[in-house]
Amino acid sequence: MRLYLAPNSGTPIYVQIVEQIKHVIASGRLVEGDELPTVRALAQQLVVNPNTVLRAYQELEHLGLVVRRQGSGTYVSGEGSPLAETARLKIMTEKVDALLYDARHMDFSREALSELIDERARALNLDHETEGKRTPDEGDSKA
Amino acid sequence: MSATESGNVIAVESLTRKFGRKAALDNVSLAVPEGCVYGLVGGNGAGKTTLVKHLLGTFKAQTGSVRVLGEDPVRSPVEVLSRVGYLSEDRDLPGWMRVRDWLRYSEAFYPAWDAEYAERLRERFGLDPDTRIKRLSRGETAKAGLLAALAFRPPLLLLDEPSSGLDPSARRNILEAIIRTVAGEGRTVFFSSHLLEEVERVADRVAMLHQGRLVFEGTMEDLHATHHRWMLRFPQAPAGHPNLPGALHLEGDGQDWTAVSEGDAERFRTEALAAGAEITGHSGASLEEVFLARVGHAAVLED
Repeated sequence: MRLYLAPNSGTPIYVQIVEQIKHVIASGRLVEGDELPTVRALAQQLVVNPNTVLRAYQELEHLGLVVRRQGSGTYVSGEGSPLAETARLKIMTEKVDALLYDARHMDFSREALSELIDERARALNLDHETEGKRTPDEGDSKA
Repeated sequence: MSATESGNVIAVESLTRKFGRKAALDNVSLAVPEGCVYGLVGGNGAGKTTLVKHLLGTFKAQTGSVRVLGEDPVRSPVEVLSRVGYLSEDRDLPGWMRVRDWLRYSEAFYPAWDAEYAERLRERFGLDPDTRIKRLSRGETAKAGLLAALAFRPPLLLLDEPSSGLDPSARRNILEAIIRTVAGEGRTVFFSSHLLEEVERVADRVAMLHQGRLVFEGTMEDLHATHHRWMLRFPQAPAGHPNLPGALHLEGDGQDWTAVSEGDAERFRTEALAAGAEITGHSGASLEEVFLARVGHAAVLED
């Protein structure tokens, strides 16, 4: 699991860790029973305060995405799927919101935007691949 | 909040220090809880080094009090300094010594010196025992100083601008050492830095010093909860600055403005909407943005 932090982004680092691990789980790169790195190992890998990682793990536990077993580690929970659904929706909602703001700033009408989305989907040949399946998280499926 | 509560590794209360008429420190109070990574940030001449010198007992408090590990560092220098791992900004190590000699020399000072640990650190930092200190690069010299500050496992690590002038690899070593120090044994780290991105990464608590005064002191969590960045668009360009009392800082011209707000986000949202703005973006503010908003963009952050 590789995470990328942007300390200057204004988003607290523990939130960045929570969001990215949610993303990893939502995209199926970590599945039920998989173990997350220890707090210490992840803190050292990311060069962040261990309390920050602990805080992120507590948040993920609170969300039901992971279970922490005393003295043994942190594992992706079996209840991940319905919450992963919510997480996926939230991630896409944020991306769509950002797109809508950009479109507005560039005086792009809603119709023009919809057309562009259809056009790009055709150009990238995504439509027939994803029909009836869950949409791969764009740009992250390679990891 | 009382800074003398037990459990605080450092307690500074109402500390004022004047050089001539100029107050280098003006009524500074802060408390560093055990096991915490505490970041002290400020531009050049903000008073960071003056504060660190009080913690080391080099300066005596003119007004107010300073306690480090429960002791007054001026009255009990031995008790304090034997338990504080200190890395100074100028890292004045004896240049003629070889790295090996430097380790033996440092060992003699500290009864708690862990020679095995020192050797592990030396290997991890990639320091050749036969090289003379004056032949080391800046980064290597910093690592040699850091090694001596760590190898007796002090309960408090005090680092004055540890990353100043270092290449990214040496900076990373320093940050990793900070993290290992707190992660392993719950020891405490106090460090001053002008590299706000580093402070954002590793600090639990932060104090912002500007012209001798604390302009913010609190946990990183508090900082993020109470500071927000906004992008605002006015249907009609306001004449002059938009009137937004909740904004610490406003920047822009014409219709588009960015603001850093302090306090409750919903209150600022209401304020901005009432001022006729459309909110086109809202997110948390980074430590750097908060710092610049609080001390003004003119503050020098360079070395």
